[in-house]
Amino acid sequence: MSVRRGMRCRKCGAPAVINMPQHKLALCEEHYLEWVPARVGQTIKRFRMFRPEDKVLVAVSGGKDSLALWDILHRLGYAVEGLYIDLGIGGGYSAQSKEKVQAFAETRGGLPFRVVDVRETYGCSIPELAQRSRRGAKTCSLCGLVKRHIMNRIAYEGGFAAIATGHNLDDEAAVLMQNTLHWQAGYLGRQAPVLPSTHPHLARKVKPLCLMYEREMAAYSLVRGINYIYDECPYSVGAKTIFYKELLNQLEGRSPGAKLHFYLSFLKAKEEGTIRFMEEEEVQMQNCRRCGQPTTAGDLCAFCRLWERPEMAVCGPAEEFEA
Amino acid sequence: MVKLILRDKTWELPAGMTVRDAIKKAGLDPHAVLAMRDGKLINEETLTRPGDVITLISVISGG
Repeated sequence: MSVRRGMRCRKCGAPAVINMPQHKLALCEEHYLEWVPARVGQTIKRFRMFRPEDKVLVAVSGGKDSLALWDILHRLGYAVEGLYIDLGIGGGYSAQSKEKVQAFAETRGGLPFRVVDVRETYGCSIPELAQRSRRGAKTCSLCGLVKRHIMNRIAYEGGFAAIATGHNLDDEAAVLMQNTLHWQAGYLGRQAPVLPSTHPHLARKVKPLCLMYEREMAAYSLVRGINYIYDECPYSVGAKTIFYKELLNQLEGRSPGAKLHFYLSFLKAKEEGTIRFMEEEEVQMQNCRRCGQPTTAGDLCAFCRLWERPEMAVCGPAEEFEA
Repeated sequence: MVKLILRDKTWELPAGMTVRDAIKKAGLDPHAVLAMRDGKLINEETLTRPGDVITLISVISGG
């Protein structure tokens, strides 16, 4: 009877913990933990995301991608600080995710991080805000608006060169697919590993995991012993992104590397000018009179307009604006 | 037999097939999950053994 040896690490011959047909590579625990930061480090350099001396803010949710990103940037020696935004989502979701972030920082010798509690700072949690602003069906877009505002504010106040988010390749490929199917030219034009800062109050946004498969990031977190929040945000259940990710995984099954090729060939075509999106009209930006962040609509930005609505009067005074 | 667990779902399958085949038999996509045995990550070509309890970790998040 023949004995099947199983899949082995390409570097040392030990049993492989992960097989990555997209890279024609199988690795053991030890070499996988070396490979991931090296690949992320190359991505940071390839897209000129930030320099070794830059101060970087990492947006952490308690999920596998953002905690792994924080871990990797720390291992690579970058000066990183975490930012956790407490959205006040019920069912234990926000409480648990905050605990994961705190525990992660503590077990790594007390990594620095800040917490912005949306309810404490602005008077309403995200679900309350969604309910009161009558945008209940659009909780996720409202949450995005609030998070972007807070990230820009903290990056500006703290003098951070960039905000790093944990978007992985599957996130990027799913968004790309969705925007392509709907020919969302504006979004396609803006989708990139780096969003440069166009205003002092708008932080540079970078995605160091944009070439990492979601599966690779989950594997990294498991092998590295990162205790992340496994449950989904209750508002993301049934999200369209998941449907596009499943479709892309079917493609990947037939053609290993399809997701990476889809995303990279899009970036290359844009860079080379093979595909071009109409430049957005030059719009006059002005500073929001309340928070100073840029806005194209009137003298208040979309975030500050939220709090001007009569139905928001029940929310307490916003600490941010009191100074 | 081999037990496959994903969140609150369980499947009982014959031993001897690869993890990948077991995942497919359960009607799941091998790209969407990772497999752990005895607390260790195992690759999808690993052969399942009688009595194995394999925990599957979903890798897709809504983001």
